Amino acid sequence: MAEVISGPQSTVADKGPSLLSMLWRDKLAFSSAIILLVIIVAALIGPTLLGDIATQQNLRGRNFPPFSLDRGWAFFLGGDSLGRSMLARLIVAAHSTILIALGTVAVALTIGATLGLVAGYAGKHVSQIIMRLADVIMSFPSLLIAVVVLYVLGPSIPNMILVLAITRIPIYLRTTRAEVLEVRERMFVQAAKVMGATHTRIILKHILPVVTPTLVTIATLDFAFVMLAESSLSFLGIGVQPPGITWGLMVSQGRPYLNTAWWLAFWPGLMIVLTALSLNLLSSWMRVALDPAQRWRLETKRKKNV
Amino acid sequence: MIKMIGQRAIASILSLLVLMVLVFFLSRLTGDPAVLFLPIDATEQMKEEFRRLHGLDLPIIQQFWHYIVDLTQLDFGDSLRKARPALDVVLEAYAWTLPLALITMSLVVVAAIVLGSLAAFNVGGFFDRLVSIISLIGASAPDFWIAIVAIVVFSIGLGWVPTSGVGTPWHWILPIAVLFIRPFGLVVQVVRGSMLSALSSLYVKTARAKGVKNTRLIFVHTLRNGMLPVITVIGDQAAAMLNGAVIVETIFGFPGIGKLMIDSILQRDFNVVLAAIMITALAIFVMNILIDIAYSVLDPRIRN
Amino acid sequence: MSDALLTVKNLTVDFHTARGTVHAVRNVSWSVSRGETLAILGESGSGKSVSASAVMNLLDIPPAEIVSGEILYEGKDLLKVSPEEHRALNGKKIAMIFQDPLGHLNPVYSVGWQIIEMMTAHGRPKDLARKRALELIARVGIPEPEKAMKKYPHQFSGGQRQRLMIAMALMLKPDILIADEPTTALDVTIQAEVLALLKELQAETGMAMVLITHDLGVVAEIADRVVVMNKGVIVETGTPREVYHAPKHPYTQRLISAAPGKGEIKLLDETSPVLLRVEKLQKTYGNFDALKGVSFNLTRGQSLAVVGESGSGKSTLARTLLRLEDADSGHAYWKDKDLITIGQRELLTVRREIQMVFQDPTQSLNPRMSVYDLIAEGWDIHKLMPNKAERRKRVIELLEQVGLAAEHVDRYPHQFSGGQRQRIAIARALALEPELIICDEAVSALDVSIQAQVVALLDGLRQRLGISFIFIAHDLGVVRDFADTVIVMKSGEIVEMGPTEQIFDAPREPYTQRLLAANLDPDPDVQAERRAALTDA
Repeated sequence: MAEVISGPQSTVADKGPSLLSMLWRDKLAFSSAIILLVIIVAALIGPTLLGDIATQQNLRGRNFPPFSLDRGWAFFLGGDSLGRSMLARLIVAAHSTILIALGTVAVALTIGATLGLVAGYAGKHVSQIIMRLADVIMSFPSLLIAVVVLYVLGPSIPNMILVLAITRIPIYLRTTRAEVLEVRERMFVQAAKVMGATHTRIILKHILPVVTPTLVTIATLDFAFVMLAESSLSFLGIGVQPPGITWGLMVSQGRPYLNTAWWLAFWPGLMIVLTALSLNLLSSWMRVALDPAQRWRLETKRKKNV
Repeated sequence: MIKMIGQRAIASILSLLVLMVLVFFLSRLTGDPAVLFLPIDATEQMKEEFRRLHGLDLPIIQQFWHYIVDLTQLDFGDSLRKARPALDVVLEAYAWTLPLALITMSLVVVAAIVLGSLAAFNVGGFFDRLVSIISLIGASAPDFWIAIVAIVVFSIGLGWVPTSGVGTPWHWILPIAVLFIRPFGLVVQVVRGSMLSALSSLYVKTARAKGVKNTRLIFVHTLRNGMLPVITVIGDQAAAMLNGAVIVETIFGFPGIGKLMIDSILQRDFNVVLAAIMITALAIFVMNILIDIAYSVLDPRIRN
Repeated sequence: MSDALLTVKNLTVDFHTARGTVHAVRNVSWSVSRGETLAILGESGSGKSVSASAVMNLLDIPPAEIVSGEILYEGKDLLKVSPEEHRALNGKKIAMIFQDPLGHLNPVYSVGWQIIEMMTAHGRPKDLARKRALELIARVGIPEPEKAMKKYPHQFSGGQRQRLMIAMALMLKPDILIADEPTTALDVTIQAEVLALLKELQAETGMAMVLITHDLGVVAEIADRVVVMNKGVIVETGTPREVYHAPKHPYTQRLISAAPGKGEIKLLDETSPVLLRVEKLQKTYGNFDALKGVSFNLTRGQSLAVVGESGSGKSTLARTLLRLEDADSGHAYWKDKDLITIGQRELLTVRREIQMVFQDPTQSLNPRMSVYDLIAEGWDIHKLMPNKAERRKRVIELLEQVGLAAEHVDRYPHQFSGGQRQRIAIARALALEPELIICDEAVSALDVSIQAQVVALLDGLRQRLGISFIFIAHDLGVVRDFADTVIVMKSGEIVEMGPTEQIFDAPREPYTQRLLAANLDPDPDVQAERRAALTDA
């Protein structure tokens, strides 16, 4: 018996490389993480640091073309139609853009995952009611929700979060429910049941930890989606209203100047693409990194000719 | 199959009814059409007149009752904006959106299956990485921005295609191209992943042990299995397209259901909004049935 | 060796994995002649399938790498021929069948289509292929071949699927048939039928067979020669008789001594009090009767085995007793409380007194919990042992009791081997000091040598702690070693119940007799005797 224990398999004490060093190995995912970090820092300190520059109008700097340092670094990316620094505005807009996306994901994730856990674990009837509710939300035109909320409650960042969160809840709900339906049949859940574990315990200790990595991955992906959705609403004029700014609103404001000053709409759009792309890249990396069964793919160095 | 469609229809009708009630009452919270439709200097009397004409002066419950009664005769009411039956307005818009969605989705399906499969056979290779990057960028780019950049480059800069409108086939190129990008990015990733898992499945091993040729292995043994998860995603994307591409239709001045929807919402043309939602739900219902049929054709395990 | 049809010479294959290079097989050599059956015997991780995969060009390169060696067939080295040439040989000259035919058959095509493809893929006309397919489907014993051709894999039973696989493999009358664990997933009676079929077909066609297996019984039944593999190396070669009766290598000796069904039979202590009284337990799923009124008694310290083939209702019995499923009717009195009807509060007490060990420890242990958390969870649930230090001490004691060590306490399940994981699951069951442990196929997923150790461990616990066991199993050898009483189930009913000795030595019911006859003995002589007896009768 002792021999089995000292066998080769029991010496696997190492847990493999840390997540951070795995991230470093995947250069694309690593760059994405850095870009996101920079954007988050900008979103955090941008408004306090650059709030004044971003709102300072300068009529001589109207539609000032980019890539010139004549008017100082603030105008390196050009000036907008009121002569405000594009760079400063982009950084300040990052704040609301990220805040809305983050808030939406947090709200939708919390509500959706909770409902999903209940729908997946509870009996057939409760589950049916919740799922039909999700169907209704899914088929409710999000534009209408936006107009209703903005008209009734007024345009503000919390209301924007509310609108977007409502439309995103079904995504988390469905994913969580599908996962729970699968996980609850797994043997270790049955084992816990046999030991007398309560439903709360089974959900919190056995099901939730297994579902979490999937939810984190989806949330990352969804963050990008929400950002695009917010930009679309703002672009259509039923999202954030001036003087608030988000990247989507900036694109919309730059649209009349497409012929003369392309950079007004181009830079904020590029920021959206860059952020969304980074999130997508990071999310697909996480899908592998957080799955113990697939993790080895990242632990090995990429071989040539593979 | 029939039974399943029946069950589905009942579930859909239930959801649709709830949806209709919600839309009816919520939309009336968003403001008075009389204020939005009539000129700013319209007198209170003119507004009264307008409300009475359109039955907006009645208590909301009564309005709802009238609406339901009319609906049983397939009468969705008239459009405030166009002073024509709302149903006609919606169907007209659909006549534009349907071909747009159909052409775009066909292109997406063909391109995604071909490129996604090729990427999967060549996993880790140059082509695979190229497809991955393209699809990721496609999935990350906001369509309004792409539309704007496309107009700047191809219409204004190069003058190849018109900026907006629907007169000629040329008008369709940019909307289709812009609409294509996101669904393509999503579907191609699913195709790749699903083909990869199909390729590593045990029955492929059996086929190799049988001495089946590689091309046959790929196109006969794996493709059909690999398509199963793809169909679901295609269905979701097609449904989104049937809802109308609000942004793209707005930017390119394309008179489809998406543009109709946003215009009607902004101008409180409730009858059109409701008609549009219901017709869209019907279209999506039919498409889901088609998806289910496709599923059962491809996978015998679902048939019984 | 000169008449060898297929020869593998000094084959070395490496797998490049995350944790470095693994030598999957090293210097493996074997050969097989026309009409001969060669068995490659080994436990999981022994590399027993690798050389066959190399023969069929089925290794994924990379991560596999063929370092050296040659595979000779008809004067050609299969490792050097072009992929196209190799493809032309696959199926036509060398065919292969696999374990788990459900996964190995394409789910979306009819079986007829797949069988016919074996010939059309090698350029034969379709009508000819169809004719031959019908012949072979009938030959392997599938009723109504015309109809069967149109059906899909999921519409057949496991045994039928394996027969269809065999029909497919034989379409082009191959010289060599490689069978990778062909009967592992099947019930014993079905296994016996499939092995008999393979033997008949071999006699008809004169093909060579290479049979990869972990089961000494299968080797004893069918092989002419056997190579024993351990950790990628061939440790012993010979006839099954030589290897079984005079194993030379220490590994083979250990393997053979671990083979179940040879120990002393245990006797029931008839003075013990009754602990559990099951009366007319019934359970129906839709229109399938899983349990049709099962009744039995269990006494303190008894080890009661429930044997039966798939669908016999033996697992349903366990699940209803544990209230994982609700029985439709009947009683199960546990110390005068009816397990079937008691309320949640009383059930909680019972859930401490009755524990369960599941079949696959990989699945029954939450992968995100450490060994400590896993074992201590029961105490959390039942609010026992509040003292942290005491808990840790007790966890370590339990680990030592099941043959693990204190250092394992903070590790996670994936860091252990299968046998070790099952020990953790047993420690978890012991933590609540149960009076009854229900084992649902608790050792069937383990390698034979590990199996023997776990059975010994369970038996030790029974003797030392006086725990009763309900031991659900399909492997009669293990049951014979562990149980003092046996219940034989079939289609939801108890066919026969009695002391182990009586069931094994003097079975009364024909079904029990059939079951025992189908169970393969690891001793080739015993199997030969049985075959002789069958042909005489």
